[in-house]
Amino acid sequence: MSAASEYRRREESITMSSEPVGMGETHELLTLNIGPHHPATHGVLRLIATLEGEVVRDIKPIIGYVHTGIEKTAEQKSYWKAIPVVERMDYLSYYFNAMAYCGAVETLLGIEVPPRAQYLRVIHLELNRIMSHLVWLGTSALDLGAMSMFWYCFRERETILDLFEMSSGQRMHTRYFQVGGVIEDIPAGFARNVQKFIDEMPSRADQYADLLEKNEILLSRLRDTCVLDEQTLLGWGVTGPLLRAAGNPWDLRKAAPYSSYDHFEFKVPVGTVGDNYDRFRVRHAELYESTKIIQQALDGLPEGPHIVEDRKVALPPRHELATSMESLIHHFKLVTEGFRVPEGECYYPIESPRGELGCFVRADGSAKPARVHMRDPSFVNLQATAPMVKDAYIADLIATLAMIDPVLGGVDR
Amino acid sequence: MEVTRQPDHEFRSRQLMARDMLRGTLEGDDLDRYVEQAVMTTTLDRAVAWAQGNSIYPLTFGLACCAIEMMSIVAARLDIARFGFEAFRASPRQADMIILSGRVSMKMAPVIRRIYDQMLEPKFAISMGACCSSMGVFNNYALVPSDKFMPIDVHVPGCPPRPEALAHGILKLRDKVQGTDREGWRERYGAVGTEEILGA
Repeated sequence: MSAASEYRRREESITMSSEPVGMGETHELLTLNIGPHHPATHGVLRLIATLEGEVVRDIKPIIGYVHTGIEKTAEQKSYWKAIPVVERMDYLSYYFNAMAYCGAVETLLGIEVPPRAQYLRVIHLELNRIMSHLVWLGTSALDLGAMSMFWYCFRERETILDLFEMSSGQRMHTRYFQVGGVIEDIPAGFARNVQKFIDEMPSRADQYADLLEKNEILLSRLRDTCVLDEQTLLGWGVTGPLLRAAGNPWDLRKAAPYSSYDHFEFKVPVGTVGDNYDRFRVRHAELYESTKIIQQALDGLPEGPHIVEDRKVALPPRHELATSMESLIHHFKLVTEGFRVPEGECYYPIESPRGELGCFVRADGSAKPARVHMRDPSFVNLQATAPMVKDAYIADLIATLAMIDPVLGGVDR
Repeated sequence: MEVTRQPDHEFRSRQLMARDMLRGTLEGDDLDRYVEQAVMTTTLDRAVAWAQGNSIYPLTFGLACCAIEMMSIVAARLDIARFGFEAFRASPRQADMIILSGRVSMKMAPVIRRIYDQMLEPKFAISMGACCSSMGVFNNYALVPSDKFMPIDVHVPGCPPRPEALAHGILKLRDKVQGTDREGWRERYGAVGTEEILGA
């Protein structure tokens, strides 16, 4: 364990071996309740931790504190009115939720999204990925005691939200993705602002690294803590940066490209050890890769329509309503009943900032989905908490929870 | 423009009066006039309310999407520390204000009520976002509006509200605490008395 710092080695020289429980008066297990209201749980997660001294022997996550019934609500809405509801699920990656859902519905409808819309989607998805990682970085660093990171990360986050606001009018939950494309073409000046942002983002990410990676306290809290090997992670179904930190380069953008991700060149950062430090490094490296993807998508942004021409699915342009009776009928049908989707079911997985985000939609031929189910990465990744933090210090539990980056809105749905 | 400096007789005379006051030689009408000019009187309640409204400690309490926007009012762009609201406290016993930022589920409602009960008086509550005010876009079996189980002082609409909206809500709460709140647009825009009453 050459990477371990002196501090960590000294701490680990204190015996970590398990003593027989209940032997003698000095050994007693303590059950500690953490949450649902606790600033380090990143939401309303509740953890029942069993401690022996300072060492976590067992942990049991209790979820459901933000259960919103999103999947059920989506069944009561027509296909495109379910998009805003689905977006509010994993509230740090709203574009991804919309993408998974729209992708599933588009597959069922059998429509081809125009190339411009695909590129616009990629730009927004990757901006969203950077935004999500920034919130993760800021709040995790806050948990680890690095206060100023929060302000730096949120400064860049505000810049991204300004871009979202420019293209869609909302900061969060933009509902920019529409079945068949995007709801509106990007406004004039958007490309320039995105360019400005991605020009400065790599240097900002460098600054974050300078701040954090030379900090001995942070390094000793992250390095060689809560290591979990690739096979165990796969056994728990963990995906995303957590799996990549253990050395498995599984990224759906490469493995099963969607929305023309195969047009772009980017690397998939992987770790070697699978500890908290690798989890931090992998996400940090993804900031650069996302910037590269946005640059390529911006440079190669094709001309053409931003949404399918099929009037049965997409709204006709506003100016047609005054002149074309047919357009008026289509418009009326779309906003009242919505479009009907042929019977069938579809699972559409994409790579969200937290892992494989899949949307399962079952259509029964009506204008409302019969079932919408989301495979949310936070929910699955949260299972790995217990094996990760077993026999680790309770302080490492907080660090691990920060590095798992669960979004409870996605866990509970 | 040419700037000319006029000798300020008023200021000079006030200076002389202050000097007399310190010497103890100011008497009678002069003393009354001086006190009237220099001393501001207020009631203890109002002074306390002024201090209270400018140093509210919010509780670090996030529920869902709105919590992210709640965090960004502490960040650099909309630095809420300008108004004295930046000291977020993780323990309800140290906090004055709870911001319900996000959707309140049936499972979470008793927990929130308990946290609210643990806070010390005087305590205030802001319901941020459509979900915890009216269940918002969801409006289903799983959620409960916050008014059903605890008193709310200010509702901030939006899904999620912009940080500016939350800051406005917080300033509204400050006005309420200080007793200087002005409700209604007629008063704000000087249109009191323009109400039209049907059948009158």
